[in-house]
Amino acid sequence: MSQEKSPVEAAPEAGQRPIIEMSHVHKWFGELHVLNDINLTVAPSERIVICGPSGSGKSTLIRCINRLEEHQRGRIVVDGIELTNDVKNIEKIRAEVGMVFQHFNLFPHLTILENLTLGPIWVRKMPKREAEELAMFFLEKVHIAEQAHKYPGQLSGGQQQRVAIARSLCMKPKIMLFDEPTSALDPEMVKEVLDVMISLAEEGMTMLVVTHEMGFAKSVAHRVLFMDYGQIVEENTPHEFFENPQHERTKLFLSQILH
Amino acid sequence: MTAPGSPTPAAPPKEEVRAPVPRIEVLRWMRENLFNGWYNSILTVVTLYGLWKVVPPLIRWAFMNSCWVTTAEECRKATGACWSVVTSNIRFIVFGFYPHDQQWRPLVAMLMLVAMLFYTRDRRHWKRSLVYMWIAALVIMGVLMKGGVLGLPSVDTTQWSGLPLTLLLSVFGMVAAYPLGVLLALARRSRLPAVKSLAVAYIEMIRGVPLISLLFMSSVMFPLFLPEGVTINKILRAQVAIILFTAAYIAEVVRGGLQAIPRGQYEAAESLGLNYYLTMRLVILPQALKIVIPPTVGILISAFKDTSLVVIIALYDVLNTTKSVLSNPQWMGFSTEAYIFLALVYFVCCYAMSNYSRRLEQELGT
Repeated sequence: MSQEKSPVEAAPEAGQRPIIEMSHVHKWFGELHVLNDINLTVAPSERIVICGPSGSGKSTLIRCINRLEEHQRGRIVVDGIELTNDVKNIEKIRAEVGMVFQHFNLFPHLTILENLTLGPIWVRKMPKREAEELAMFFLEKVHIAEQAHKYPGQLSGGQQQRVAIARSLCMKPKIMLFDEPTSALDPEMVKEVLDVMISLAEEGMTMLVVTHEMGFAKSVAHRVLFMDYGQIVEENTPHEFFENPQHERTKLFLSQILH
Repeated sequence: MTAPGSPTPAAPPKEEVRAPVPRIEVLRWMRENLFNGWYNSILTVVTLYGLWKVVPPLIRWAFMNSCWVTTAEECRKATGACWSVVTSNIRFIVFGFYPHDQQWRPLVAMLMLVAMLFYTRDRRHWKRSLVYMWIAALVIMGVLMKGGVLGLPSVDTTQWSGLPLTLLLSVFGMVAAYPLGVLLALARRSRLPAVKSLAVAYIEMIRGVPLISLLFMSSVMFPLFLPEGVTINKILRAQVAIILFTAAYIAEVVRGGLQAIPRGQYEAAESLGLNYYLTMRLVILPQALKIVIPPTVGILISAFKDTSLVVIIALYDVLNTTKSVLSNPQWMGFSTEAYIFLALVYFVCCYAMSNYSRRLEQELGT
């Protein structure tokens, strides 16, 4: 891993109004306490990587931010709007928060272009032609414009995931959530997806990324969170996190994934 | 050791690889498929004997010794089939009690229906204008049947019968039952308990009773609840019963399709900010309904055949008009021929439907 270009520029100052605020958030799946007193504040343009063993609640954490999962206690405020049962608020937040899934979840009955224009046309009420121009702009950006009229099933996993990222970007989100975006990919396709994510980071997008790609965490993140048993066990700058982990559980986890 | 770059001597001579040409050798095929072993040989011989006993007499009966356009008396003298029972009564079988000199009207209406179906089959024609075309076509068909305007004499609905009635009941039955079934399926998966239990109650109740009892209820019980002097058209009541019945079955099939759509599709749509209605309309239903085309067509085909049950509430669909021809003393005893003809009519319609759906699946296949 090249360390020359010091990637972690100063984290966004703390003085700004946070774009995500979670305080004392709890969630249970039946008896299982999947989120246990989560407190997290994210500043605009901040990039956070969340890691931890499977079942530690990291996916649930970011899925609570756009309410794909409902939290049961505590407060979550996204871009000044509190997440409550109010459907209008939820839809407003979802339109501002992009989400990329492990299994891409492209719409198989629509072409790539239609996948991308669906949100802008129906949620943002954008005219079709304008939405298509926007879609082509983002497809260029993820280097896949020539596939615009194919269907998702005709693309490789890496291409599909890049389309999924472009689909989220078409909504011009303020925050991007990534739920293990490279876990379902063949190894040789991981890089093309990470490259797109890195260029997104360079443009100052606020990103929360659940991933096991530690190289990505080192070079891109401002902060790394380690979760276990529904709690945030440790959070630190990537350098401190990898060189000087504080908790036993963190050390064990790092020794397991870094070999 | 050969120097690098020089041709490898060990390379085998290039053989041309060709796909084997399928050659049908009749004798070998017979040996391999019909006479491989004593057991299959006996089966083959027995089957051939059976065919020899059945097929030639059948052909003699149906074609060689048969009467095609004769009177009933000549029919009785002949040894073969009496197709005359169909040919001399064809207008009654097809159009029933519709006034004789006006029968071109239902004929034109039926031809219009077939033409519209053919036109709709092509995906290139699926535009908004097609919806308007269908609405216009249905209105024109209705006007043709009912009359009373544009100088067409009015024909009371009690005189609507035969094939037009069968097609009317089934086409409207399907067209109305399909959206109703989709709504019921969505209601059954709703998170609102009231909506969900209503849908479950409706579906289970309707599926728990035979269509015949629904038809009876609509024709016998339902009028008792109406205030005196108010009557609702008998065809309409049967039509509603058929719609309600078919919708319950379609609902369950569509629910199966909805369950086949992975959770991730809902999540992806929701995370784009699409609301429930848009998620269903743009993402979930297009996929779910496509999956369930084969079982849906199964239901529609059986709904088509079930329309013949309206016989029991004294509507004259094509089955009942045929039966009443046979009750004419002159033509009594030729039921085999008449029913074979009727079976052919039903077969042609059902086969067309299943062909149509296969074509539809191809058009939608991506």
